[in-house]
Amino acid sequence: MASGGSLNMIGYGLAAVGPGIGIGLIFAAYINGTARQPEMQSRLQPIAILGFALAEALAIIGIALAFVLK
Amino acid sequence: MTTHVSVLANPGFVPPGPADFQLPDIFNGNQVLLTKSSLLLVLAAVLVFVGFYATSRRGAVVPGKLQYAGEAAYSWVRDSIGRDIIGERDFIKYVPLLVSLFFFVLVNNLFGIVPILQFAPFSRAGFAYGLAGLVWIIYNGVGVARHGLLGYLKLQTVPGGVPTWILPLLIPLEFLSNLLIRPVTLSLRLFANMFAGHLLLLLFATGGDYLLLHATGPLVKPAGVLSFVMGIAVGFLEFIVEVLQAYVFVLLTATYISGALASEH
Repeated sequence: MASGGSLNMIGYGLAAVGPGIGIGLIFAAYINGTARQPEMQSRLQPIAILGFALAEALAIIGIALAFVLK
Repeated sequence: MTTHVSVLANPGFVPPGPADFQLPDIFNGNQVLLTKSSLLLVLAAVLVFVGFYATSRRGAVVPGKLQYAGEAAYSWVRDSIGRDIIGERDFIKYVPLLVSLFFFVLVNNLFGIVPILQFAPFSRAGFAYGLAGLVWIIYNGVGVARHGLLGYLKLQTVPGGVPTWILPLLIPLEFLSNLLIRPVTLSLRLFANMFAGHLLLLLFATGGDYLLLHATGPLVKPAGVLSFVMGIAVGFLEFIVEVLQAYVFVLLTATYISGALASEH
């Protein structure tokens, strides 16, 4: 069974699991907090987006390396 | 096995890849001086300037519809990003930077789903590096101006409230993460989101085209239709991602400036 393509992409798929779980946890906490205290929503939103951006950075480094490493 | 051999022998469908982002020079020169992406970058700057100039030109005390829209856009960035993140004391100095960055990145990103233009310039990494380099120079400059070079280095690399014996481990890590990795992730985040989004749209569009017009076999036509439907759905997802990434870019810029201005922990 010959097959083209790069194993890097499978590695990237595995590497994206971690940030995926992390982003899920961040938004779960954000939704939870907003549901318990709706008046805190405007305070929580930038914090949630910031956490999302930081967790996403791991996936971003992954996709950059998946294309760069040969 | 036979099907596999025939697929290898006749590579009909060429999946889109990074090479699709290397746009040719407009004047067909050997040196790449002017491409569609750099033209779009200039167009975005002009659009943002004209938009804000048109909305603020009259400066009426009782704003009309146009002026109201411009002021609402400006004050949203000022209040929800500037004031909330940088703080009441010195946010107003950085509002022009934040507003122009936000709308410049937003317009550039939205080019990705505007028909005919259909290319987000920041899906080329070089442009994103430039913008993140600008932000890096600004937040470090602001920090050095406020605390002095040594005071700023101490602020960025020595976290407060940790035992002394762990500092030799923490200082290099904090230096790496706050001063060296930050501009890299800031630019790569913007670049990779735009790149991946454009690649997805390309994949569904070219895949749908290939399945509908060129491929043979059972079920290829419905699969082609499904591919186009998925492409449209991804287009809407792209809209959300483009707005969110412009917001995240400016939010992080404000966070870095606020971190550089912070007093001792």
